[in-house]
Amino acid sequence: MAVSVLVPTALRNFTEGNSSISVTASTVQEAIDQIIEIYPSLKKNLINDEGKLRNFVNLYIGENDIRHLEGVNTPIADGESLLIVPSIAGGSHGK
Amino acid sequence: MITLPLALEDGIRTHSELEYPYESCGLVLGNFENGVKVGKELYRLGNTRESEAKRTRFEIDPSEMVRGELYARRNGLDVVGIYHSHPDHPSVPSEFDRSHAWPGYSYLILSVGHGFSVRLQSWELDPETKQFEEEKLVLNS
Repeated sequence: MAVSVLVPTALRNFTEGNSSISVTASTVQEAIDQIIEIYPSLKKNLINDEGKLRNFVNLYIGENDIRHLEGVNTPIADGESLLIVPSIAGGSHGK
Repeated sequence: MITLPLALEDGIRTHSELEYPYESCGLVLGNFENGVKVGKELYRLGNTRESEAKRTRFEIDPSEMVRGELYARRNGLDVVGIYHSHPDHPSVPSEFDRSHAWPGYSYLILSVGHGFSVRLQSWELDPETKQFEEEKLVLNS
């Protein structure tokens, strides 16, 4: 099934500047595996040492967080988009 | 380098003064044109930190970030920057800012002193050194 993975500005250094990657996948895991196969340097930015999605990275199908669905096993329908969303935080003081 | 229309700079100042003594936050939407970030629209966001922590911290709810990203894409724009305020503190990134930053975005920081906006500066994370470097900010009409 044709799926678009939408890449935020923060990760485009690792996708040759591409903001959208087309893959053929039926689950989130398949889509992630494919974009890492196309752009291997994405892996360290998406996956931690335990092979799980990094804490500061969120994946959404439409406006739905996959953590509230079936995680990486969440099915993706033909034509749907998987959006990679970085966690954004900061502040004036401290570490 | 990032360019901002004066109206957007004014929007950041107004939002941040309204939120004082808490930190404001939002997105700068625009385009990348010949290596320059061109800001075209602000997308205000809520600071999701609890009330006292909001004085020195901001956090964006990922679901709000999603709506901002999708809104930008629907309108032919990108998220080119993230702005936030530093109430009663200089417009210089903290270690907390640095450790939570991503490359690629402009991080616009506005100092607000006693409720009045002071200085707006833009910073960019060097993907190699992981340090912030000040970025040229050009305001235009």
